[in-house]
Amino acid sequence: MSGSVIIFWAFAGLAIGSAVFCITRRSPVASALWLVVTLFSLAALFVVLDAQFIAVLQVLVYAGAIMVLFLFVIMLLNLGRQAATDIKGPLGLAVGVALAGVLGFQLGVLRVAGPPAAILLPPDAMARAAAEQGMVGSVARPLFDAYLVPFEITSVLLLAAIVGAVVLAKRRL
Amino acid sequence: MLLGPALLVSAVLFALGVAGVLLRRNAIVIFMCVELMLNAVNLTFVALAQRLGVAGQVFVFFVMAVAAAEAAVGLAIILAIYRHRQTLNLQNINLLKG
Amino acid sequence: MPGSLLDALWLVPALPLAGFVLNGALALTRPGAKRAVSLIGVGVLLLAFAAAAGAVVAFARLPGGEPVVQRYWEWLPVGDLQVHFALQLDRLSAVMILVVTGVGALIHLFSVGYMHDDPGYARYFAYLNLFVFFMLMLVLGASFPVMFVGWEGVGLCSYLLIGFWFNEQINADAGKKAFIVNRIGDVGFLVAMFLLFRATGSLDFGDVFSRAAGTFPPGGALITAITLFLFLGCTGKSAQIPLYTWLPDAMQGPTPVSALIHAATMVTAGVYLVARCGVLFALAPVASAVVAGVGALTALFAATIALKQWDIKRVLAYSTISQLGYMFLGVGTGAHAAGIFHLATHSFFKALLFLGAGSVIHAMHHAYHATHAHDDAQDMRNMGGLRHQLPWTASLMWIATLAISGLPPLAGFFSKDEILSAAFAQGAVRPIWYAFWAMGIAAALLTAFYMTRLMLYTFHGANRTGEGARAHLHEAPWVMTGPLVALGGLTLAGGALNVSPLFGGGTWLHRWLEPVTAAADRLQPAVELSRATEWALVLGAVAVAALGIVGALRLLKPEALVPARLAPPETGLGRVLWKKWYVDELYDAVLVRPVMWLSREVLWKVVDARLVDGLLVNGSAVASRALGWVGSRLQTGEVGFYVVLFVIGVLAVLGAAVR
Repeated sequence: MSGSVIIFWAFAGLAIGSAVFCITRRSPVASALWLVVTLFSLAALFVVLDAQFIAVLQVLVYAGAIMVLFLFVIMLLNLGRQAATDIKGPLGLAVGVALAGVLGFQLGVLRVAGPPAAILLPPDAMARAAAEQGMVGSVARPLFDAYLVPFEITSVLLLAAIVGAVVLAKRRL
Repeated sequence: MLLGPALLVSAVLFALGVAGVLLRRNAIVIFMCVELMLNAVNLTFVALAQRLGVAGQVFVFFVMAVAAAEAAVGLAIILAIYRHRQTLNLQNINLLKG
Repeated sequence: MPGSLLDALWLVPALPLAGFVLNGALALTRPGAKRAVSLIGVGVLLLAFAAAAGAVVAFARLPGGEPVVQRYWEWLPVGDLQVHFALQLDRLSAVMILVVTGVGALIHLFSVGYMHDDPGYARYFAYLNLFVFFMLMLVLGASFPVMFVGWEGVGLCSYLLIGFWFNEQINADAGKKAFIVNRIGDVGFLVAMFLLFRATGSLDFGDVFSRAAGTFPPGGALITAITLFLFLGCTGKSAQIPLYTWLPDAMQGPTPVSALIHAATMVTAGVYLVARCGVLFALAPVASAVVAGVGALTALFAATIALKQWDIKRVLAYSTISQLGYMFLGVGTGAHAAGIFHLATHSFFKALLFLGAGSVIHAMHHAYHATHAHDDAQDMRNMGGLRHQLPWTASLMWIATLAISGLPPLAGFFSKDEILSAAFAQGAVRPIWYAFWAMGIAAALLTAFYMTRLMLYTFHGANRTGEGARAHLHEAPWVMTGPLVALGGLTLAGGALNVSPLFGGGTWLHRWLEPVTAAADRLQPAVELSRATEWALVLGAVAVAALGIVGALRLLKPEALVPARLAPPETGLGRVLWKKWYVDELYDAVLVRPVMWLSREVLWKVVDARLVDGLLVNGSAVASRALGWVGSRLQTGEVGFYVVLFVIGVLAVLGAAVR
């Protein structure tokens, strides 16, 4: 068992465990903080899976910006106190767990229906590309080449989101 | 080589996200669970990118951008709802009923 | 240039169709343009007659008399069934198109005068042109389906023209009756077509008839069924027992329509069909006997009814049925040429009789119109002595009366005599034909009697029209008498078409039709009679006709008649005949009322109101409302509940993918 495999399973366990805490903690603040832990663990998994640049983005955008926004809103609304009705009763609990269990089982089964071997790249292809073009460069090249138009449209989307957020959150429309 | 385990972890995380959405009544926590599902999908993208080309990582980039936009707008909506109803408990927010 | 004239065969039906389109357009846009309508309506018929004559002349110059088939386009290419839209000119259809266009043109011309003051003038001529088009399709079609188009089309036009004055209930009912009774016969035609296609694999006349002898064993059940179904179609179209009841009612239409459709052309379609399918009937002796028997019976039966009718057109209607019976007796006997010959001569003198009656009615109608009287312009009891006012009509109708009675040397004598001789001769082979012959002779006696009665009551004796109206009676304009004179000439000379060797003739029509009838004649050889027997038969028939005429002249007293509104009710047998043997009442009780009851009580009140409206229409509404109620219960407004449903849906989709 190589080191990367050990690291993978360690962070995978951490991600799953913190995700469980995230959905079971009554306090929204606690949930949010556990989610941050999950996102960090995922960043670590990204590194193991040869996506270092994405891992960095994960930390910056998700764990940094987005989660801060969440916490900010929670605190702004003063939701730190846990509410008794925040988690559903026994019936809702049973239904939710059952459905999610079935879904997880189905997705787990789907895992074996992976891509055909013929179109697979060699296992170290990503690492070699990163070594040749640089970690950022290997992602940036297709981004500014084949995916240039979607990339530009993303900027429009973000602009629209900013305007929308401001409009929605203003006290008087 | 870690493709299979990564997809398994992704499936578990996604199911946990769904469970969260099903179990919780607090709008903001449900929102966080949606983010968790998005991240599970991101993990799938990254794992498959290892064997199918770097396009998967580019997709993750786009998902993050969309998630950021979504978070901004979604949280703004939550703010507006809270201001209007003084609660985020979805049990009390049933405006969808015709 | 015989070829080019034959290539223009399509013009023969196309011209009346063009007339229909143009007159139809005028009827919709400018109904008052009577001059244009007359020009188009009569013109296309004259041109069609010219085209038909040209084609026939060109055809006659071709050696051998083989049918000329002109294929225009593929019409029904369905699997094994390949039906071309094709016209066929052979010696039989040549006779038919000349009769249809020739007599048709004269009747169109007559209509110009007869219908002149009618507000539906353009519509009338449009229908009339359409009728001629369909009739030409019927006789020119080279296959059963093309013929069926014409067959149905003339039925439709018949309906339109009988109900032409549709704002009176009785006329509309008569049109409906004709249409529905014809449909019953058409079912027979259709079934026969299906069976023929199954058996022979084709519906083209040429293929069917050449394969028939090899496909069907003579007297087999299948061919008998096919021919009987065909004959069912004929009884509908040609007004034979049991489907004849529509024709007398069809007299509700304008009189030229009665002349064109219900005397000269459409009703002869059945005779034409039997003659056309002579090979098939020759293979089925039972069916031939049925045809001849029904023909003979109809001839006698209709003649008895005609004895006691007072409506001048109804007498002629029953006379038509009776004469059609003769034609069926002829073609059923296998004497196709004789049947077609009688068809042609009958179309001459029956058209003349109907147009003459039209002329009388025209005069009566105008007289009553001028005096504002409301008496029946068609009732013979209101006429009498009209020969002084309508001399042309009277003398021409006398010619036709003598012709239909079968007096030499008029057209009807030769044709009727030939049919009766053929029937008698057939009796040597199959004795039942002696009975048919006897019925034919009896019908001939009655024919002479009732026709003389019609003439006596209409044109002789004292006038019963009424004082004021009498002054307004006058002969019709030349457009009406002209066609009468032409038809009178044909009636006088038409017998020359087929003079039997007995009188030194060459049976020209018989030899002309030989290529068409040869196949059937081989299967069903004609029986030769000795010269002496033939002379005896001829003299006997003439004696019977003379007896009928003289009997009528002696027995009937036109002076004793009183106008219709003063007439006492009929009694005894006379009443039965006047009531047409109560056949209409019988059909009404046995068929019409049960069907109406079934329609009203079962199909309407149960099937339609309860089942269709109640269960299906309202039921589906209730079901969708119930479903909607369930759906609205699902709409709780709770996001959590929606998420549960959503996840269940996702699980289902994934489950299908995972399986």
